[in-house]
Amino acid sequence: MTDFPEKLVRITGAAQSEVARPSARPALSLTLDACLAAIERAGLRLSDIDGLSTYPGQIANGDGLSPVGSYDVMTALGLSPRWMGASTEGHAHMGAIANAIMAIASGQCRHVLVFRTVAQAAARAEVKHAGIIGGGRAVAARSWGGQSWQAPYNALSAAPMFALYANAYFRAYGATERQLGAIAVNSRAMAALNPNAIYREPITIEDYLTSRLISDPLRIFDCDTHIDGSTALILSHCDAARDSRLPPLRIEAMGLGASGLGVGLHEGDFTGMPGMAVAGRMLWSRTDMTPADLDFAQIYDGFSILTLFWMEALGLCGRGEAAAFVEGGARIGLDGEIPLNTSGGQLSAGRFHGYGHTHEACMQLWGLAGERQVRDARAGIVSNGGFGYGCLLLARD
Amino acid sequence: MIREEGAPRILPGLDPLNRPFWTGGARGELLVARCGACDVWQHPPQDFCQACGGRETAPQPVSGKGRVVTFTINRQAWLPGMAVPFVLAAVELIEQAGLFLIVNIVGVDPEQVRAGMAVTVDFIAQDDIFLPVFRPDRGWEAHR
Ligand SMILES: [Zn+2]
Repeated sequence: MTDFPEKLVRITGAAQSEVARPSARPALSLTLDACLAAIERAGLRLSDIDGLSTYPGQIANGDGLSPVGSYDVMTALGLSPRWMGASTEGHAHMGAIANAIMAIASGQCRHVLVFRTVAQAAARAEVKHAGIIGGGRAVAARSWGGQSWQAPYNALSAAPMFALYANAYFRAYGATERQLGAIAVNSRAMAALNPNAIYREPITIEDYLTSRLISDPLRIFDCDTHIDGSTALILSHCDAARDSRLPPLRIEAMGLGASGLGVGLHEGDFTGMPGMAVAGRMLWSRTDMTPADLDFAQIYDGFSILTLFWMEALGLCGRGEAAAFVEGGARIGLDGEIPLNTSGGQLSAGRFHGYGHTHEACMQLWGLAGERQVRDARAGIVSNGGFGYGCLLLARD
Repeated sequence: MIREEGAPRILPGLDPLNRPFWTGGARGELLVARCGACDVWQHPPQDFCQACGGRETAPQPVSGKGRVVTFTINRQAWLPGMAVPFVLAAVELIEQAGLFLIVNIVGVDPEQVRAGMAVTVDFIAQDDIFLPVFRPDRGWEAHR
C-alpha cells in the first residue's frame, strides 16, 4: 500500500501558542508563536518552508473564527512558498492537511507549514454574540446560503442542530445523559494534566448533570470553549524528513467525507453522520492496521455528541455502542482501552478547531505529552469535523 | 397565520429558488420543489433532480402534514430578546420519506412535544416572509 499520497508524507513538527480567554496578544502574534515553534521543533529553518496551508483561510469579519490567513503569515515571516492554499470548502478542518499532503506528494513543495488560528474569545469580549450565525460586530438583517435554512428558526448556533441528532441517537439506542456526560468529564480530567488547557478544574458527572442546558440534551459542558490560540504543523516529504529533530510521524492513512448539513440538507435517520462513516471506511481501506492497533484517539468534540458519532464511524466500537462504551470513563481514560482526547479536547483544552487534536496526537507519538503521556504510544487516530469530515491514522516507526 | 411579539427573527434572503418556500404562506401554501419528470420532492429547493437528472423542478403545494422525527428544546437565547425556550425539530413531510424540514414547533408547551407527533403547517408573518412552522395536528394527543 504505497500508492496513496499520504504514505509519502511525514509530520515533522507541531506546536501551539498560549491559550487564553481572551489573549492580550494579537491573533497574528499567536500564529507566529505557533509557526516558529513548530519549525524549530522540526529542526528546519524558515527558508526550508516552501508550502503554506490553512483552514479555512482568513475571514475578516471580526468574529474571530479565522482572523489570520496565509498571506498574513507569508508576509510576516518573509516566506516565498512555491505552493499555498486555504481550504475554505473541503473536508472541514482536515482539508488543509489533505491539501498539504497532496501538494507534497505531487512534488509542488517539500515542507508545508499548516496553521489554524482562532480568536473567538477576543471577539466575544468585544461583542457578546460574536460567532453566532448572523452575529459578529452587527447582527445581520438577513441570512444567506446554508445559514438561511436555520437562522430564521432562531437556531443561531450549531448546538440546537446537533441536539436534533443527539436526541435521535438517544432514542434509537437508549443512550443516557449520564453516558454522554462521560465525554465532558473525561475531557476535564485530561485537561487537568495539560498545562496549555483552558479549563483544568475537574468536574464530576453530578456537576455535568446539574449544569445548564443549552439545547437538550446538550449542556454547557457538551459545547466546546471559545479561546484565542493557534496551532501549527509541519508536513514534510518523507525524503526531506530523514534528518528531522524528532522521529518523523507517518501518515499511515487518511479518510475524508462530507455532508450537506452546512447547506441545509439532512439525510439519514439523525442517529449519526453518514459522511463520518464514509471517512472512516476510506481510512481503514488504506492501511493494514486495524482499530486494535490504536494507542489513543483524538476525536473531534466541537460538541460531545460528535465524539460518540465519530467513535462509531471509525470502528472504535459498534454502531449504537459508543455511549455505553464511554460510560463511567474507565475505558477512555489514560489507562483505559483507548485513551480519548488526552489534551482535554475542545471541550476543556479549548477550541483550537480540529488542530488541537492533531497536535495532541503528535505530542503523544513523540513522547512529549508530559503528565498525560500514554505509555509506549506508537499509533493513534485523529478525526475532525461535524459538517465536513476528515481523519488521520498517525504512527511512529 | 402567526404574528410574533418580541425580537425579530433573522429572516432569509430571497432568491428565485427559495422564494416560493418562504413566501407561499401568503396564500396559505407550503411550496416545496418537485421534479416535473419523476415527481420526487427535494428540500432545500434546487433545479436539478437527483433522482432522475431532470432540470424541470417547480414549487408545488404539499399537504402541510408531517411528523416530528427528532427535536430539541433550545433554552439558550442566542441574541438579546430571543424568546426561549423554543422547539427546533426535524419534520418529515407525509409526501415522501426523508423529506425533512428543520423548523420550529409552535402552539404547544415545549415539554409536550414528542418524536412521532403529527404536526401541521402554519406560518409566521414577518416583513415579506411567511416562515413555515408546525403545530400539533388535530388529534395528536390520541397518538401519544
Ligand atoms: Zn426527477
